[in-house]
Amino acid sequence: MGYPVTDSEVLIGRRNGLIGDSVIRPDGVEKVRGEFRFASDLPMEGALWGATLRSLHPHARIKRLDVTPAWAIPGVEAIITAEDVPGKSTYGLIFADQPVFASDVVRYVGEPIAAVAADHPETCRKALAAIVVEYELLEPLTDPERAVDGSHPPIHPDGNVIRHQRVLCGDSSATGPVVVEGSYEMGMQDQAFLGLEAALALPDPGGAGVELHVATQAMHEDLHQIAACLGLPEDKVRLVLAGVGGAFGGREDLSLQVHTCLLALRTGRPVRVHYGREESFLGHIHRHPATIWMRHHATSDGRIVKIEARFLLDGGAYASTSSAVLVNAVTHAQGPYVCHNAVVDGWSVRTNNPPCGAMRGFGVVQACFAHEGQMDKLAAACGLSPVEVRLRNAMRTGDRLITGQVIENVAPVERCIRETDALPLPDEPIGGYGDDPMRLPGGAGLTADRSHIRRGIGWGVAIKNMMYSEGFDDYSTARCVLEDGVATLKFATAEVGQGFVTIAQQIARTLLGVDEVRLDRIDTTIGSAGSTSASRQTWMSGGAVDMACRRVRERLFEHVGQLWATDPIRLVIEGDCVVDTVDPARRISVSDATSGVRLAETAEYHHPPTEPLDENGQGACHTAFAFVAHRAVVDVDPQLGLVKVVQIATAQDIGVALNPLSVIGQLEGGIAQGLGLAVMEEIVMQDGRIRNPSFTDYLLPTFLDMPAVLASLIEEPDPRAPLGAKGVGEPPCISVTPAIVAAIRDAIGKDLHRVPVRPQDICL
Amino acid sequence: MAVSVPTSLAEAVSLLSGAPDSVVLAGGTDLMVEANSGHRQIASVIAIDRVPELRTWGVDVVRRNLWIGSGVPYSTVMQPGIASLVPALAQASRTVGSPQIRHVGTIGGNLGTCSPAGDTLPVLAALDARVHLASVSGERSVGFDEFMVGVKRTSRRPDELITGVTIPILNGWQGYSKVGVRNAMVIATASSCLAVDTDGRSVRIGLGSVGPVIIRCGEAEQWISGRVDWSELSVSNADVDEFGLRCGAAARPIDDHRSTAAYRRRAVEVLAARQLRRAFPNG
Amino acid sequence: MAEFYGLRVNGTNREVVDAQLGESLLFVLRERLGLLGTKGACEQGECGSCSVLLDGELVCACLVLAAAQSGREIITIEGVSPSGVSTDVQQAFVEAGAVQCGFCTPGLVMAAHSLLERVPNPTDTEIREELSGNICRCTGYGRLIQAVADVARVRLSNGVSRD
Repeated sequence: MGYPVTDSEVLIGRRNGLIGDSVIRPDGVEKVRGEFRFASDLPMEGALWGATLRSLHPHARIKRLDVTPAWAIPGVEAIITAEDVPGKSTYGLIFADQPVFASDVVRYVGEPIAAVAADHPETCRKALAAIVVEYELLEPLTDPERAVDGSHPPIHPDGNVIRHQRVLCGDSSATGPVVVEGSYEMGMQDQAFLGLEAALALPDPGGAGVELHVATQAMHEDLHQIAACLGLPEDKVRLVLAGVGGAFGGREDLSLQVHTCLLALRTGRPVRVHYGREESFLGHIHRHPATIWMRHHATSDGRIVKIEARFLLDGGAYASTSSAVLVNAVTHAQGPYVCHNAVVDGWSVRTNNPPCGAMRGFGVVQACFAHEGQMDKLAAACGLSPVEVRLRNAMRTGDRLITGQVIENVAPVERCIRETDALPLPDEPIGGYGDDPMRLPGGAGLTADRSHIRRGIGWGVAIKNMMYSEGFDDYSTARCVLEDGVATLKFATAEVGQGFVTIAQQIARTLLGVDEVRLDRIDTTIGSAGSTSASRQTWMSGGAVDMACRRVRERLFEHVGQLWATDPIRLVIEGDCVVDTVDPARRISVSDATSGVRLAETAEYHHPPTEPLDENGQGACHTAFAFVAHRAVVDVDPQLGLVKVVQIATAQDIGVALNPLSVIGQLEGGIAQGLGLAVMEEIVMQDGRIRNPSFTDYLLPTFLDMPAVLASLIEEPDPRAPLGAKGVGEPPCISVTPAIVAAIRDAIGKDLHRVPVRPQDICL
Repeated sequence: MAVSVPTSLAEAVSLLSGAPDSVVLAGGTDLMVEANSGHRQIASVIAIDRVPELRTWGVDVVRRNLWIGSGVPYSTVMQPGIASLVPALAQASRTVGSPQIRHVGTIGGNLGTCSPAGDTLPVLAALDARVHLASVSGERSVGFDEFMVGVKRTSRRPDELITGVTIPILNGWQGYSKVGVRNAMVIATASSCLAVDTDGRSVRIGLGSVGPVIIRCGEAEQWISGRVDWSELSVSNADVDEFGLRCGAAARPIDDHRSTAAYRRRAVEVLAARQLRRAFPNG
Repeated sequence: MAEFYGLRVNGTNREVVDAQLGESLLFVLRERLGLLGTKGACEQGECGSCSVLLDGELVCACLVLAAAQSGREIITIEGVSPSGVSTDVQQAFVEAGAVQCGFCTPGLVMAAHSLLERVPNPTDTEIREELSGNICRCTGYGRLIQAVADVARVRLSNGVSRD
């Protein structure tokens, strides 16, 4: 199905609120009116402000920490350091290796050392400035290669290698007549969600517990880590999801949660902590910078015989999810292509750079940039087009990955490529038909005339795993209550903007024949939903809502069956009624049938188990896979190195479009982030310091940088998915980056192997 | 009083004279960034955005000069009134920040901050604009080249207010070009204003973001002014290329987190050559 | 330094007390006047989330010194549809799928209204340039452009001219 996405009529279609409709968001009206409350919008009478003192050095020993001068500042109510952490002193998603506050050594610029609570943000600022920290500077480890080769002493008791993982498959000596080789590099990207980190902590009387309103991606994951650090039982810590202004992986790790709770417990008063933009750059994890080497061996007609690869991911000072990101990178090294032999080696390492962890695409972004660069080299070596070489190698359902895992999902790789190829190329010449400079690279900067510009076309195709991997028991929980014709859903699924709240209502409406679906507060008074990441919530929490609603529907049929003295198996939902299939005239509205009746069910959806990888990287470690193709058209100024992306075409394997409008939003939004990585977004590091921690210098794509998107949604329902639908969040940002870089290469005839592509990479 | 909002030039100048430590606030688009980050404590402010004399512009037909008050926002400079007289200044204004910034940001603010990346500054340099200053002891004007003395450093005395600029109106092509990594809201990596004075048979060029001040390429200007065929208004391809290289040689760029010195030099070489070709389309 | 001054916000005179001098209009609107619809995401004028109208012109509230704005007319997102009925722009944003996380949304609603008042029938490029001061990290802008174009089309076909 092709969506000419300039025509919203096609997208909007039916609006009955059911699965498959382009239903509008339940929070949309509040958001457009400025009435939706984000985590930073929670003022409270008597609340204090909290703020964090951070390390100025990438690696140093704290010789002296003296907070007493800060107490002299009027309005200061609390000052806390590592000594004031009552529970576990460290936290982390996989390994608890990150201190709540550094006490002896700081390992990156921005590492928290102390926190204060005071009556005004300005008072906090003064208090932080008054705290004395004397450092003994240590040599920072900033080159990740030195973590691999062991030439730098350990900067953490856990050592400098976070994980080393090989993948060995088939015949390591296999080769072919065509061999292509390349080295690739990726800079550090930031999630740059607009809604900065913010939280409000409300202490229980006597410090017996705490309620934290926070913008997060993972309610229960936060809860476990927070409670452990606070030294409180988990039932004494309650999390409430505050409005989340985007996440993209950057809220998977803790940032301000423990600090805010500690300040509230210490003062016995509500405490708000808000990060500013610079602090946000320091306070959350980023996408791993990577250096990747790959060598592909192929037949002369372009079929891959063997891949060799080496990955090095800079995990920064603490482990975060580095080990899982590495597994994703090495296990996706082959891309969506058949390959029977592989020798892949990967490291994620510790340095004194900022910690890196989850960001949309999670290791596969890095792998895809490399394998797609390789596919273009292979095409050139074999005299094939970029499309043809990819079609010849495209994997299908039943093919085996280099980990030995068999792809059991729908795998329409070939269709993704062909449908993308079928989308029309831009019909306008370079610069458009008019004389608007905004249509040329450089835009209002008037840097170029049409004659200076060259156009290029490039391709990228990706495979992306969904859900958690390596034996993790991943599940989600949902409750459905049907009463008086109204369904109420409860879950702890973090709504970060992606639209799960809309999908949840659609599922309930479709299954239960009700119009009104209320959403209960998103908090930790129900079981875990896991994290809003890994493209998993439509599948996992969608699966849980689906299961809970189906159970309620069974209860409804039993109830109506009793009323009618009929076997419930004869009953179905038609429109808003329960109908007897044997006697269709016999019907009762759901509303009437549930008048004064309360039907409630809670369900837990678990995906099928996965296996850990063995030391040779073998094992069915992933849950499911989705596929996507991108074609980019770019205009390039070869002399100045400026790029304008003219068009992105894409076809994505989505299973089923539960909400087409929402799917398009995910596609376009992901493409914008992939475009940013391709040509402008990078945290510039120098000696362990971020040189550009602001939106003045960390550049995000604007309205003028984002091109038109043509999208084709490949709908082949996946029988393994509870709703037939695959996650759609991550694939859009993965292969668009290599597609854009390939298009730039095509335009200028120069090899480019690093993203973001900087002007000097093109023209010098 | 901590915040003063004078409504006449005399009042503004007098306030500043009485409190030369005060911060002069025009559009606020630079100052508030520093205030928000805590990098600057504001003790006393004179907000000059309601001084009517500073918000006017006009033409002196006898001297063939354009006067632009320091409080005139970029969005006004972009309008046909000024754009038709000094197109390069309008082009530069269109590249400043975003619409929100251009509504409040002013020419005077660009001068007051005087960053080498200030978008209007290469234009003022290339056009030999004069900067007007007022204090209780009187008014004076200085050439732009004497006004900007370093990175964010000017020859304005603390008791002086920038009242505006006078810009010669020239016969001949002029244009501003700016290189940035994205297509909106970007600080110049390198920029260039080239202006031709057909009557005076001269070519002038001012370069931004490639040195501590805006760089006028005097040697290259003189050389190319002698190479242009002024009767045919043409210039050879070889001379265009050579002009670009000479301008690049005049640049004094540095490496920083936004770009490299090598790229900046290349960028001004390309911009200068392209602008010269636009000025003289005939080879 | 404590300050006391008046601001005129959404047609109402408001008093600001105990303010510190350097506070931006964004901070004062949110923390002193309780108008939380205006969002802050960069505090450098680089994202547009805090867009408000100041004497009818679109500005970033984070770059406006609040204490110097007495006597000016400030309109925030709360003043756009005070009756409780959403404007055509607000409705179009919801209908067209232009809202995801929603953090940029109030600023973009302000910017889109401002654009359509000045340019009733904008081209695609005009929409992009006029809104280029507003960053959205979720949508990739496609549905936002669609929403603005939808409003322009409907207004023109209805012969509605707003002032």
